[in-house]
Amino acid sequence: MNIRQGEPIPELRVTPDRYLPHRYAGASGDFNPIHIDPEFAKQVGLPSTILHGLYTMGLVARANVAAAGGDPRALRRLSVQFRGMGLPEKEIVVRGTVREVSGSGALIDTEAEQDGNRIVRNAVAELAG
Amino acid sequence: MAGEASLIGKSYEPFEYEVGREKIREYAHVVGETNPVHFDPHAAHEAGFRAVVAPPMFAAVYSAGAVAPAMLDPTVGMNFAMMVHGGQEFAWWELVYAGDTITTTASVRDISARETMKFYVFESVSVNQDGLEVTRGTWTNIERGG
Repeated sequence: MNIRQGEPIPELRVTPDRYLPHRYAGASGDFNPIHIDPEFAKQVGLPSTILHGLYTMGLVARANVAAAGGDPRALRRLSVQFRGMGLPEKEIVVRGTVREVSGSGALIDTEAEQDGNRIVRNAVAELAG
Repeated sequence: MAGEASLIGKSYEPFEYEVGREKIREYAHVVGETNPVHFDPHAAHEAGFRAVVAPPMFAAVYSAGAVAPAMLDPTVGMNFAMMVHGGQEFAWWELVYAGDTITTTASVRDISARETMKFYVFESVSVNQDGLEVTRGTWTNIERGG
């Protein structure tokens, strides 16, 4: 694993298209209408349909697996806090910094930002060494 | 609310999920995975895996069916109109492969209040058909104005 304490991991940039929440609903089984029905979303005070938090967490996981060299076994643990909401059709940027490297692996502080909002905060990934 | 302390530790019926290759592919495609081990059995074998590999966050798919009944339990009494998914944690051990049968058991880990918010924390423990632990999830829901 080619990562050093204090250094950033490669950024991941993704712009989910308008129908991404529909496809994530199908893939995950979470059909909560706030993700797929713009009229329902507006009725409950949202700007439109919003992304599933667990989709955005999936992007955070991807960025960390990529930082570890791409082996899916490298990700041992990931904790995130969801804040605000992710929207389709706007770019999401996942950034991380290596907090600590030890013999057994590394801890990566990560967040996902969209349009100036940190939609995933205080994410910590534990990567196997 | 009375009786909340007695809910902590309450566990629910295990939920069995059979992992299909096409479901892994569908999920991997949606979240933008590009590693061929998530799509192609030959690539997975060449990389030393016994079948197509589920991406780590596929845990959200196979464990959701166990966690939903806990969250919907009327004795827990979450108010979904005021609910946000505040936080999530997964820890991973054995990889999950196409063809695996994953059994997940959910439980109530904690219910607490802070200022005007109420925190409901659920835990999920998932094992494969060999009894090996694959994932442990911690699901935190926050009820505003509770």
